[in-house]
Amino acid sequence: MTEKNWPLWEVFIRSRNGMAHRHVGSLHAVDATMALANARDTYTRRGEGLSVWVVPSNAITASDPAEKDMLFEPTASKIYRHPTFYEVPDEVGHM
Amino acid sequence: MYTQALNVKDEGPALVDAERDAAFQARIDRDEKIEPNDWMPEKYRRTLVRQISQHAHSEIVGMLPEGNWITRAPSLKRKAALLAKVQDEGGHGLYLYSAAETLGTSREELNDQLLTGKAKYSSIFNYPTLTWADIGMVGWLVDGAAIMNQIPLCRTSYGPYARAMIRICKEESFHQRQGYEIVMTLARGNADQKAMAQDALNRWWWPALMMFGPPDAESLHTDQNMAWRIKRFSNDDLRQKFVDATVPQGHHIGLEFPDKDLKFNEATGHWEFGAIDWSEFKRVLAGEGPCNRQRLAQRNKAHDEGAWVREAALAHAEKRAARRMMQAAE
Ligand SMILES: [Fe+2]
Ligand SMILES: [Fe+2]
Repeated sequence: MTEKNWPLWEVFIRSRNGMAHRHVGSLHAVDATMALANARDTYTRRGEGLSVWVVPSNAITASDPAEKDMLFEPTASKIYRHPTFYEVPDEVGHM
Repeated sequence: MYTQALNVKDEGPALVDAERDAAFQARIDRDEKIEPNDWMPEKYRRTLVRQISQHAHSEIVGMLPEGNWITRAPSLKRKAALLAKVQDEGGHGLYLYSAAETLGTSREELNDQLLTGKAKYSSIFNYPTLTWADIGMVGWLVDGAAIMNQIPLCRTSYGPYARAMIRICKEESFHQRQGYEIVMTLARGNADQKAMAQDALNRWWWPALMMFGPPDAESLHTDQNMAWRIKRFSNDDLRQKFVDATVPQGHHIGLEFPDKDLKFNEATGHWEFGAIDWSEFKRVLAGEGPCNRQRLAQRNKAHDEGAWVREAALAHAEKRAARRMMQAAE
């Protein structure tokens, strides 16, 4: 008998209010309820979080690392996007 | 160590793409982390899967010798601590399997390699825990040796592995301290308790030193793994660090190490130790340690007896999903 495998889930934890949820790892579970329970046991044994998200791994679409230059062209060529590009006289003070 | 796999020769094919390999090495030399979907040499991937999964298997099998004592811990406090520690080790196994899976090998495949004996786990878990003092020794010496190896791995080149190691290292120091406290309590107890602590140290000391793997002169593939920053210190360097840290801790509580050649070298500032019996290490790795068969049989039994739970959980989830579909269609 070949066993059917449990699906893979990605786990995200908010460490405290005011922080974004952050990816911490993955786990296997049959459904979302079990994924949440397993995430709590596996990734929050020492108060690491106040909130957990679980997402089926196959629901995530990721960018291709090979395209990172095209996608994330260095801001070096768009320096006008940074505040330091603009001249403001010292006498005007902090802006 | 938990990653003794690094001392095994890689026999697989090495598809070499000189240009990409060089670019990859340059990234590592710049201390960039490699992430799951990045291009990597096949051999880097294979080595990591072997190392990370062996590390995971060690955490999981490591639960057996300690789990053995949970119901017999001498007090509620010790029982709660041991239970929490063993649960942590299970968690460590899971963090590591999750990191290994990002390299494209499934959990089931990894698990299967452990159950069939194809994959190895650390030699240390093939020794028995005969008395309560052994639980103290495992925490103090085995977790202590593991920490020596794991701290540098927090900076290893593969991102998911490094992140798993950071989580693990945060949890390990409690393990070592609870172990040392157990040993200390016995060492300061009555004559029988002290003798029990000494006996456990006599049995665990040499196997703990073997955890770091064969001497550098005999260690295969160290250079490549160093260059890839999968391994960051040599076996002998880590072993010496461990001896230097541990010997004074033992002397402090009045225990003697079972090594007549152990002596402090004023000039080097290191503790010199006697020859390790590598034939014992080889026997244990080859499956002839005191508990190899028992450990594997226990893992297989747990896996087989859990099969109906895995199937039932899946069937239940499928039934609920089907019911939700029906209700949505109404
Ligand atoms: Fe661990
Ligand atoms: Fe541990």
